[in-house]
Amino acid sequence: METKSIMIVGVGGQGSLLASRLIGNVLLAQGFDVKVSEVHGMSQRGGSVVTYVKYGDKVYSPVVEKGEADIIISFEALEAARWVEYLKKGGHIVTSTQQIDPMPVIQGAAQYPEDVIGKLKAQGISVISANALELAVKAGSAKASNVVLMGLVSAKMDFEEKYWQQAIEQCVPPKFLELNKKAFEMGRECVLQQA
Amino acid sequence: MKKLMLGNEAFARGLYEGGCTVVSSYPGTPSTEVTEAAAKYDEIYAEWAPNEKVAFEVALGASIGGARSFCGMKHVGLNVAADPLYTAGYTGVTGGMVVCVADDPGMHSSQNEQDSRHHAKASKVLMLEPSDSQEVKDFVKKGFELSEKFDTPVIVRMSTRVAHSQSAVELCDRVDYQLKPYVKNAAKFVTLPANARKLHVTVEERLKEAERYGSDCEFNRIEMNDGASFGVITSGISYQYAREALGDKASYLKLGLVNPLPTDIIKDFAAQFDKVYVIEELDDFIESHCKKIGVNVIGKEIFSRIGELSQSIVAEKILGEKKEFDSFAEPVPVRPPVMCAGCPHRGLFYCLNKLKLNVTGDIGCYTLGATAPLSAMDTTICMGASVSALHGFNKARGEEAERNTVAVIGDSTFMHSGITGLVNIAYNASNSTVIILDNSITGMTGHQQNPTTGKNLKGEPAYAVDLEALCHAVGINRVRVVDPYNMKQCEEVIKEELAADEASVIISRRPCALLKYVKHEAPLKVNTDKCVGCKMCLKIGCPAISVHSGKAVIDETQCVGCGICTDMCRLTAIEK
Repeated sequence: METKSIMIVGVGGQGSLLASRLIGNVLLAQGFDVKVSEVHGMSQRGGSVVTYVKYGDKVYSPVVEKGEADIIISFEALEAARWVEYLKKGGHIVTSTQQIDPMPVIQGAAQYPEDVIGKLKAQGISVISANALELAVKAGSAKASNVVLMGLVSAKMDFEEKYWQQAIEQCVPPKFLELNKKAFEMGRECVLQQA
Repeated sequence: MKKLMLGNEAFARGLYEGGCTVVSSYPGTPSTEVTEAAAKYDEIYAEWAPNEKVAFEVALGASIGGARSFCGMKHVGLNVAADPLYTAGYTGVTGGMVVCVADDPGMHSSQNEQDSRHHAKASKVLMLEPSDSQEVKDFVKKGFELSEKFDTPVIVRMSTRVAHSQSAVELCDRVDYQLKPYVKNAAKFVTLPANARKLHVTVEERLKEAERYGSDCEFNRIEMNDGASFGVITSGISYQYAREALGDKASYLKLGLVNPLPTDIIKDFAAQFDKVYVIEELDDFIESHCKKIGVNVIGKEIFSRIGELSQSIVAEKILGEKKEFDSFAEPVPVRPPVMCAGCPHRGLFYCLNKLKLNVTGDIGCYTLGATAPLSAMDTTICMGASVSALHGFNKARGEEAERNTVAVIGDSTFMHSGITGLVNIAYNASNSTVIILDNSITGMTGHQQNPTTGKNLKGEPAYAVDLEALCHAVGINRVRVVDPYNMKQCEEVIKEELAADEASVIISRRPCALLKYVKHEAPLKVNTDKCVGCKMCLKIGCPAISVHSGKAVIDETQCVGCGICTDMCRLTAIEK
């Protein structure tokens, strides 16, 4: 099988490491060769962060380059726009509608573009979006918005739901398990309704 | 059993399986997780040392004492440890000694982009370079054997993409390594000139032997592909990029032992092709060697010495292929890293900016104080340089500088190499003002303990250095402590100490807001009846505050209620 590429993008501190671990575990359970590449250090301090997940029969490079990603999962609307160049022709963006102003916008040195998601769609790009933060709050914690997004993504990937459930059980501490399972379901339902 | 592991976790697994018992390191991205993961194995004694030089010497001492030992650091850390490294090349080891150096091409979290292979060459020790997590574990484990076989420390060179990528690793059992008996051997370990002259002869012989070994060893391998029209010589992460971009179109000589580089295998491989490329990140280390031994290769004439490589760069430079992609139709504002909401450094840096001071800075989260709107840092060089450079700056410019220049340095960085600079200030009597930003943790690398925090690497209680007493002991009479959440106090104390006629240390003390034990206050709210949208509150550069539709807005998911912003608002519009 040809190597597939997923990118997880967002703002430092939004929980992309858990998201990449979840996907990594799902893929490993399918018997794929998997590489997950993370960002640590300076970039985590509220900056733009990116994680790469690649899988297939044999994965060499751990990084995803422009025009290579089959799916881009974005935790924040502007980050979807920032990384869209990495999307393969015909690929999908799965994004939260949440907006976080970067410092140049806060300071008035730059403008946050209006209706980012609408504009991406108008460019002919496949975008699935949901207010992951709001759904996560409904599920019980704003911190579970990463798992809501995993629910969205799961509906765009061909793996049975049980593998996702297993991965959540492997990656989430028991006391937060129910909350995260609920967050996942809410994300997944959201796409199935849109479809 | 196969497990998805970070390169750095696989490194620690290699230490475990290789029978390592003593680990001493200083944290530094992208190397930190090696030591954190090693500390989780009960069989390994692991510690954070105050700096890389100490860590290296601890590991060397353990090796002399008969154990298999390890020390880890980032690329610039090896500069700090270079002194013992270069002589350890002469003394060699007793138990195997493995050193991790993690390079950061692309400078994701570093102040320079140095290529550590030069250190291996200059110090004449062996260097291995793995390409993925499985190889990391294998190379580390075999690195101990290699260290003992060639009687030298072995450096395992990591890079950001190998260190911070997870891939599958097959777990094995720990080897049964027994502590070697200690036998005094002054001719080997006492590097008096008379001994060192003999040792240098041994070192040169060892290098020749290792070079021959490199042409017939498991670390260097050839992958021939039928119909390949050209050859590629590569190593480390560059191998992965080359393999992905070029596939079966090329044959490969993949080098795992990168110092010393072999001769015969390179000549034999290259002789089979009309065209041979060297694909390596940063400097022309392999390429220069090839050219020196008369092998004609193409390298830096098409590849840059700057930044990371990738499969796209390889495909473009060698095959002329480029991928298509869509761009967002409008400019996308950059999102640089910032000090977190509630960061104790913020209030202090606001004062430095307000007082328009010159600031010699250092390495840590607080380097972000250089960015707008705080913009309160003039220099960042290396660990500890804030303190020593301040002294030099003041000696050059005299009283005018002494009245308006300060150094800022974090608690961990001060322990690392700020102390000696402070000793110099006291000893050579400059009227310098040093601010220690004591947030009770090593922040930037992800919360590691250090000698000031009262805990060791394993989280057990440890002696905490008394910073005030230490400063007094080296000869600083004026030592003041401020709370950076109290900006009025900070400003007053900074003014007083700059005006004083002798050297001072100001300790700005408050724990990092991200520490689990730090209690957060309820998020603050903006009273929209009072707020006039003057944007004064934006001057502290808090990521939780923005202005929308003419009124300040506080993001309650980020705000930790530190209250710095309330001091900025003259209309008291920010409320609990």
